[in-house]
Amino acid sequence: MQNLYTVSKDYRKEIADDKYYYARSCIRQNFFPGSEVTFLNILKKDLDRDVFDDPKHTTCTGIAYHSDVIPFDTIQTVVARHFALMSENGYENFIASCVTSFGMYIEITETWKHFPEQLELIREHLKKATGREFMIPKNIAHTSDIVYKYRMRIAEQMKYPLVNAKTGQPLKVVDHIGCHYAKMFPDKGEGGAEFTQVLQGMIKAWGGATVDYPERRHCCGFGFRQYLVQANRGYSVSNSKKKFESMQPYEPDLIVANCPGCAMFMDRWQYTLNEMQGTRYGASDTMIPVLTYEEMAGLVLGYDPWDMGLQMHQVDVTPLLDKMGVKYDPDGKYRTRTGRPIGSYTPQQSR
Amino acid sequence: MQLHELIKQDIRYKEALNACMNCGMCTAVCPAAEFSDYDPRILLNIVQSQDDDALEKLLKSDYIWLCGQCMSCKTRCPRGNVPGLMINVLRRYSQELGYFTESRRGRQQYALHKVLNGNVLGQGYCIVPEAVKPELHPEQGPVWEWVYRNKEELYDRVGANLHKPGAGVLRQIDSGSLAELQAIYDQTGATEMGKKIEDFSVKKAEQLGYDTDDEDGMEKYFMDVYQGKI
Ligand code: SF4
Ligand code: SF4
Repeated sequence: MQNLYTVSKDYRKEIADDKYYYARSCIRQNFFPGSEVTFLNILKKDLDRDVFDDPKHTTCTGIAYHSDVIPFDTIQTVVARHFALMSENGYENFIASCVTSFGMYIEITETWKHFPEQLELIREHLKKATGREFMIPKNIAHTSDIVYKYRMRIAEQMKYPLVNAKTGQPLKVVDHIGCHYAKMFPDKGEGGAEFTQVLQGMIKAWGGATVDYPERRHCCGFGFRQYLVQANRGYSVSNSKKKFESMQPYEPDLIVANCPGCAMFMDRWQYTLNEMQGTRYGASDTMIPVLTYEEMAGLVLGYDPWDMGLQMHQVDVTPLLDKMGVKYDPDGKYRTRTGRPIGSYTPQQSR
Repeated sequence: MQLHELIKQDIRYKEALNACMNCGMCTAVCPAAEFSDYDPRILLNIVQSQDDDALEKLLKSDYIWLCGQCMSCKTRCPRGNVPGLMINVLRRYSQELGYFTESRRGRQQYALHKVLNGNVLGQGYCIVPEAVKPELHPEQGPVWEWVYRNKEELYDRVGANLHKPGAGVLRQIDSGSLAELQAIYDQTGATEMGKKIEDFSVKKAEQLGYDTDDEDGMEKYFMDVYQGKI
């Protein structure tokens, strides 16, 4: 299968081939735990890559930093500790599961380039606080970059393409990149901030079509303090509402998000907006299923949807599974692996 | 030291402002400008005016707390300015000087500090499932409520390692790593910053008539700033 598009050479990014130090995401672990499990399974089992999952790695403190409750020096030193753990374990390529973290890793290493005295200060801080020393990674990537890099290999092993199994038509997929992936440092995101390829590349390689709608690049509205503080959530939902209204005429089959926070908001705000004003934004008054890119890759490869945690989404994904012709066990959705029901009731999903 | 000189000491100031030409590109793309009474162009204008009275007023106002940190302004500015980064500088000094308690949105820093720094130092994560309580997060919907009530079984079902030692999703962070986080907080000023946020907040709560000698008093202050009541 050939690659169907080109990327401007100004926005081609180096993505390491193998031997990755994996930095987990707070938000992804909370809301899409199965996505991180799936990512590691794809890398290790389907792509035969070496990836180190370090129990000592912690939050990068990115959410605290962007909520302004810790100094810049603090997050730099926490990040420096992660770099130290990476080198101590013999790795040079750092991959982050979170777009906020990825943005911070780039912001910080760029700051060190421009202000070498700052780098020295952070070395001192880390040494004093933990006794550790660190090397700057040879390569820093977001975990979606790795899936993107190997999209054609995944395509070769594809079980369910992003195609409507009944009509044979490509699924119409909305890609949502997440602001901190390329808006801060466009040359650090494949395709830049304008024509970001990271999700488009996967969608096209796996048989889907992307939807180019007016508010494609608009923020989902997380805003850190704007969501975390209850009084401010109107900001957050307004942003997503604007995006939904803009994509609605194109009748997307699916939204896929790069950033775990964005994926959560695109899912939950559809429910909230429906509760608030009775609106739905998909074709024929339905809601639009939302996937993380790991879930999308997993479905394409034939992974079980409930193993990947798709039952944790508020917007029901089964209409999408049916459209793709995915075989799944409807009774397994709310059960443990041994078939015992989870909880005393099944939750109400939105459709 | 004059206020405009003080804020220049933050290394991010240099990265955020290289003479703004008032073109308004940032405003055109800024979601906070779309949905609230905020304008990044005006923000940088005040900063570049070096007018200390205007700056102090800014640091005491809701204005600097409206930005959503999306950094869309960075991509668009023809001068390479970053209003969103200047926001971080201004919020820092608003907190260092205690000005943040003068505005409703500024006062919310107390709740953010308590929750986020509590999670980071206590568990090694910015967010943990226990902190997303359904009663405080109705927007999360019925599925999250079900997830929340059946955490152990469900996280286990999808292959996580919830609160257990070892590697994996939502593993328990070991005490050595937590101690290192605490040492980094102490070394780099985060502990001091947290203390300032708390001290200024207690002072404000007293002024507003909360009984700060009583634990419930600050708990009530927390909920009131979180829900925008004060
Ligand atoms: S970072 Fe703040 S100022 Fe910049 S575009 Fe986003 S909301 Fe507006
Ligand atoms: S885009 Fe840049 S130069 Fe134009 S008003 Fe905004 S900060 Fe100033």
